[in-house]
Amino acid sequence: MSLLKVDDIHVYYGSIHAIKGVSFDVEEGEIVTLIGANGAGKSSTLNTVAGLLHPRAGSVEFNGKHLVGTPAHKVVKDGLALCPEGRRVFLQLSVEENLEMGAYTRPAGEIADSLAMVYDQFPRLKERYKQTAGTLSGGEQQMLAMGRALMSKPRLLMLDEPSMGLAPILVEQIFEIVEQLNKAGTTILLVEQNAQMALSIAHRGYVLETGRVVISGTGDELLHNDAVRKAYLGG
Amino acid sequence: MIFLSHLINGLSLGSIYAIIALGYTMVYGIAKMLNFAHGDVIMVGGYISYIVAHNLGWGAIGGILMSILVCTVLGVLIEGLAYKPLRGASSLAVLITAIGVSYFLQNAALLIWSPDPIVYPSLVDLPWMSFSIGDLKVSSVTTVTVLCCVLVMALLTLFINKTKMGKAMRAVSEDKGAAQLMGINVNGTISVTFAIGSGLAAIAGVLMCSAYPVLTPTTGSMPGIKAFTAAVFGGIGSIPGAMVGGILVGLLETLAKAYISTELSDAVVFAVLIIILLVKPAGLLGKQVTEKV
Repeated sequence: MSLLKVDDIHVYYGSIHAIKGVSFDVEEGEIVTLIGANGAGKSSTLNTVAGLLHPRAGSVEFNGKHLVGTPAHKVVKDGLALCPEGRRVFLQLSVEENLEMGAYTRPAGEIADSLAMVYDQFPRLKERYKQTAGTLSGGEQQMLAMGRALMSKPRLLMLDEPSMGLAPILVEQIFEIVEQLNKAGTTILLVEQNAQMALSIAHRGYVLETGRVVISGTGDELLHNDAVRKAYLGG
Repeated sequence: MIFLSHLINGLSLGSIYAIIALGYTMVYGIAKMLNFAHGDVIMVGGYISYIVAHNLGWGAIGGILMSILVCTVLGVLIEGLAYKPLRGASSLAVLITAIGVSYFLQNAALLIWSPDPIVYPSLVDLPWMSFSIGDLKVSSVTTVTVLCCVLVMALLTLFINKTKMGKAMRAVSEDKGAAQLMGINVNGTISVTFAIGSGLAAIAGVLMCSAYPVLTPTTGSMPGIKAFTAAVFGGIGSIPGAMVGGILVGLLETLAKAYISTELSDAVVFAVLIIILLVKPAGLLGKQVTEKV
């Protein structure tokens, strides 16, 4: 059984039909990526799975449980975490408070362990645990956003454009961390415009175009697919 | 000596404004709306404490506790019935609704308690809390009001900075979507904010009626507006700002009454507000937030 199964979802913004029947699934232990141009519906898809958007039709099933209609704040408890586009860390809260918010749904006794684990993964955050998040650099904020999402101890971590706006060296670092997290047992659903990087670490990928899945396959297949190369990999 | 007496009066009035302003500023910080019915909750708090303490004979403590309880429930009800259905509606719609709720409360009070003013016997009568400096006598209401304000401020600051709920409130105030992704129930957080603000309004109601002992169905509206001014003064959304703004408005009003003119005192207060907003649009302690597009 798939960990996440999205079946034929349709999402509207007012009268705009943004997602026109997207289906995909994620198996336990995989890295799956959704790639596509701006406005293809990648973020909307993630937001729908997370419960921030509600589909007019279709179903989202996580770990055997139907999620459509469940408010976003209850989805977290089921083991789904979304690290949103643009990072959206709480700029006026300290680094540590941001991480504590990530563990909001968990009992107080379990937080210390996760905090130690996140600090281990991101030593920079430990150095700055007292600073407000607004004083961090873009790369550090991305790390904070990922660390915050990990604090809920998710079974499935959804990352929305984690490389956006970062220097190339940081982008590589972020992707390395994503791979490490996956090896440590977290299933990952990754949305990226940096298709090259995303496909090189993903087990499988789906290409979205104007609200539809147009191609799908393993990371390798997509990297060598002519249509994908032309459209998203610069030749 | 007379100046000192005005100063103490201003401080006491300012403390009341500060406690009311805290309710405005917290609700604004979290729900991003101006709850213009907040002042009328003070009036309800006044009536409830009077009825429970005097008509039912439960004493001052009973009256105060019941008025806090009733106002807290009232605040949550107002939010749930009037504002929650408008989540996501334009801010103008919410503002007009808040004004509607304000009129509703005033008119309901007119119906229930009639327009005749009630002479409110002070519920804060602790002779050991009063003291004199030379000829100047400071009443226990004054002392208690100022102490209450300091205590409320300290407790709220602790709550906001140290508790899980308080941190969640700050998270919600900054980014509701991201807060939901953390598992924070945004609607629940907003309800708690209204509960706290309205409970504070009840305390302000008791203190205000004890110091200025006339109670009518419109008693709450003017102090409500002044406290709103105080919140804007200090920087709306900022808790220390509400405190500073409240005290400043109280002092300004009292000193203007004493040294300029009783009739013009409100005009002086609002004129200073205009000047401050021209120089510092975000208020004294408000953060200049640049919206990223």
